[in-house]
Amino acid sequence: MSAQLATVAPRFKAGDRVRVRKTAPLGHIRTPYYIRGHVGEIERLCGAFPNPEELAQMRSGLPAQPLYRVRFKQKDVWPDYRGSETDVVEIEIFQHWLERA
Amino acid sequence: MIERGHHDMGGLPAGEVERTEHDYPQWQRRVDAMVQLLRIGKKITVDELRKNIEMLPPAAYDQLAYYEKWISSLTQTLIQRGIITTEELGRKMEQVERRVR
Repeated sequence: MSAQLATVAPRFKAGDRVRVRKTAPLGHIRTPYYIRGHVGEIERLCGAFPNPEELAQMRSGLPAQPLYRVRFKQKDVWPDYRGSETDVVEIEIFQHWLERA
Repeated sequence: MIERGHHDMGGLPAGEVERTEHDYPQWQRRVDAMVQLLRIGKKITVDELRKNIEMLPPAAYDQLAYYEKWISSLTQTLIQRGIITTEELGRKMEQVERRVR
């Protein structure tokens, strides 16, 4: 993504364990409700993008926030999950929604 | 506080996904074209549109079809942006109403 954008420095790298913040602010939130509070592993850094929560309120969304693909074990996310132990769900989550776990 | 937005349905019980293809009536194509042109022309962002869809009252969210949600949200966005006024919109709607009656 555009290198000229003011960007927040990435805090995580592939393999880091992270917890998704469990909060419920108003507005346009791209972090699904069902994953908030769960612990996963950074699969990759996808780049940095203007913050959609700010864009939705007609502001610039800058500085751009790093976006990660985060991998969660399905059996951790869904208590009644019946599939394989190794099944995962991958979700793209902005850095400001993640804390080190 | 709203803990979980009505639209944020991931993981909730739901019916079967309907996998049939269907044709798009002309008005839906027009809505799509308007959204794309306004977005490309940087008059609006897709994030504002999403926010305004998510702000629909739950009953309207469930009842409106896909492009009905889009046109409702696009209208809200254009008013918020000051591109149209409610006065202009109301007058135009009366005009169209008279034309089709």
